[in-house]
Amino acid sequence: MTELQADRASETLTTPRIETRSFRSRYRDILIALVAFAVLAALPFFFGSKALLDFVIRCSAFGLFATSLNLLVGYTGMISFGHGMFFGLGAYGFGLLMQRTGVPIPVAFVATLAITAVFAAIIGAICVRLKEIYFAFVTLAFQMLIHSTILTWASLTGGDQGLRGGIPRPVFFGIDLANHVHLYITSCALLVLGLLLMRQIAQSPFGYTLRMIRDNARRASFIGIDVWRAKLTIFVLAALFASTGGMVMALFVSGAYPEFAYWTISGEGIFINMLGGVTTFLGPMVGTVLLLILNDTVTRYTEYHGIVLGVVILFFAIGLRKGLMDYVLEWYAQRRDGPGERG
Amino acid sequence: MDIDALAGCLASPACLVTQTTSGLIIGMLLFLVAVGLTLIFGVLKVVNFSHGAFYMFGAYFAMTAYQLTDSFALAMLCGAAGTALLGLIFERVFMSRVYGADVLMQLLVCYAFVLIFDDVVRMIWGPEFKSMGMPSAFQVPPLFIAGGVVPPYYLLLIGVALAAALVLGLGLARTRIGKVIRAAAHNPGMVSALGINTGLLYGGVFALGGMLAGLGGALAAPVRSLTPGMGFSVLIESFIVTVIGGMGSILGALIGALLIGLIRSFGSLGFPLFTEGLMYLFMVIVLVSRPTGLFGKEVA
Repeated sequence: MTELQADRASETLTTPRIETRSFRSRYRDILIALVAFAVLAALPFFFGSKALLDFVIRCSAFGLFATSLNLLVGYTGMISFGHGMFFGLGAYGFGLLMQRTGVPIPVAFVATLAITAVFAAIIGAICVRLKEIYFAFVTLAFQMLIHSTILTWASLTGGDQGLRGGIPRPVFFGIDLANHVHLYITSCALLVLGLLLMRQIAQSPFGYTLRMIRDNARRASFIGIDVWRAKLTIFVLAALFASTGGMVMALFVSGAYPEFAYWTISGEGIFINMLGGVTTFLGPMVGTVLLLILNDTVTRYTEYHGIVLGVVILFFAIGLRKGLMDYVLEWYAQRRDGPGERG
Repeated sequence: MDIDALAGCLASPACLVTQTTSGLIIGMLLFLVAVGLTLIFGVLKVVNFSHGAFYMFGAYFAMTAYQLTDSFALAMLCGAAGTALLGLIFERVFMSRVYGADVLMQLLVCYAFVLIFDDVVRMIWGPEFKSMGMPSAFQVPPLFIAGGVVPPYYLLLIGVALAAALVLGLGLARTRIGKVIRAAAHNPGMVSALGINTGLLYGGVFALGGMLAGLGGALAAPVRSLTPGMGFSVLIESFIVTVIGGMGSILGALIGALLIGLIRSFGSLGFPLFTEGLMYLFMVIVLVSRPTGLFGKEVA
């Protein structure tokens, strides 16, 4: 039986087949992304409701954040409990650059990414050598450090009041982010582009290296992979996408608040991943939509939304033991394999 | 930054005594939370992310008991016993289901309970800041040691925490139950095969950890303001303590807690805006130079 498996393994390892398949699937991904963007962009012409557009913008912000967290949690097996710091960093970095320097939006966007990359590289260099639970808590500690810095450095960040006074939005390339529909389309574009890029990372040879590190870091290191460098690279990359999510959020609320850098954002991110499922690429996106709907409904009916959220988390963690997309996929696979196998 | 204030304080014995006592207070409270965390991790291999909630419940239980009975001793007892019971139930009903599951599941269950417990406290005691007030037995003029002010309650707090550390340390090292607990930390399967009910043992260890945190909360109630969410900041700091001291080491928790307490109290003089930052900086230095903490053992 082991021989059989070995045979099968060597068969799939023949390089040209993988090459063509990933080449084709790359075009498929781009096509899906284009269609998704077209559908989202057409939405305002059919439904004028501002609430719906607002919902999609929030989904974009949290979706970018949650999917980038999945690059760490699901693909590399690094459970970061401080990923939210980059969300906050993006929101504050972008907001401050726009308020203080008055540079054009694209410049501020790129500069914020650069700042995030520097922070992520420094924090990551310290954290990624730690294992599982240590990694989770040290990233959490850094999150709290950034949060408390934001609170105490009131002259720069506005302290617990947050960045107020709005974010100026000069028109660039004919895009006016003060216009609600323009803001909507821009967030959708950032979301779709971000997801596409993350998909490319996940499906690239580097993405498979990450999966290998997740499954067996020691073996990966034996065959010559620099585990530390690979982990640091994905830590920084994921931080960039989380930061983009933070920038979308800052534009949406026209400011930045200390809650964006608070640990609960990271907790929610982990929960979103759990809710949607970490084994599929779009799982976190599904989780985002579910959590936002859940949050909106629960807060409408009760002020104790922590209890409701907690019970839902328990249901998924102890009851289902997997995310919704994982569950659906398994169910689908069972259906497809037919009742013969089950019976 | 205010280096002069720090240097001035270090030069004056009165200030030195005051700051050291306040550092010891912070350290001892942290120790009581951190030692439970480290004990639970050492035996159950689970990081109890909701451990801060036990500290919070201990404080609220003590406050309510004190308001009802007006007895300080009873308040302490209620704080400790109530959280012990809570710990036992929490472990048996929920945590025992995620042993052996990956860290993500354990973190999620705890995260759910952080949310639930905070809201439960908000429901029962309300969202606003509460205070228990100093018990009348301790409303006496403070002691003066070398010119420094030391409230008698502080001495009691330090004494109780030190006694707890001593009892725990000796109990683990010398008694039969201590031996069983250490054995279970080492090889639970073998302990179970020798006829010891590990489920009960795990529940007991969790209850013990919860009780210590609850005692910490109860002791803190007269000197701190009570608010839902008060557990979380303590949790983060006690996690820093266990990381510095080494996960699973009781001596490490004590030393780590005292170091963090002193850093906080003296740091608030020299670097008022960067006190928290100092703690993290210290943790990073320890982690980079000794990844398993000061007293942690190398894990395979």
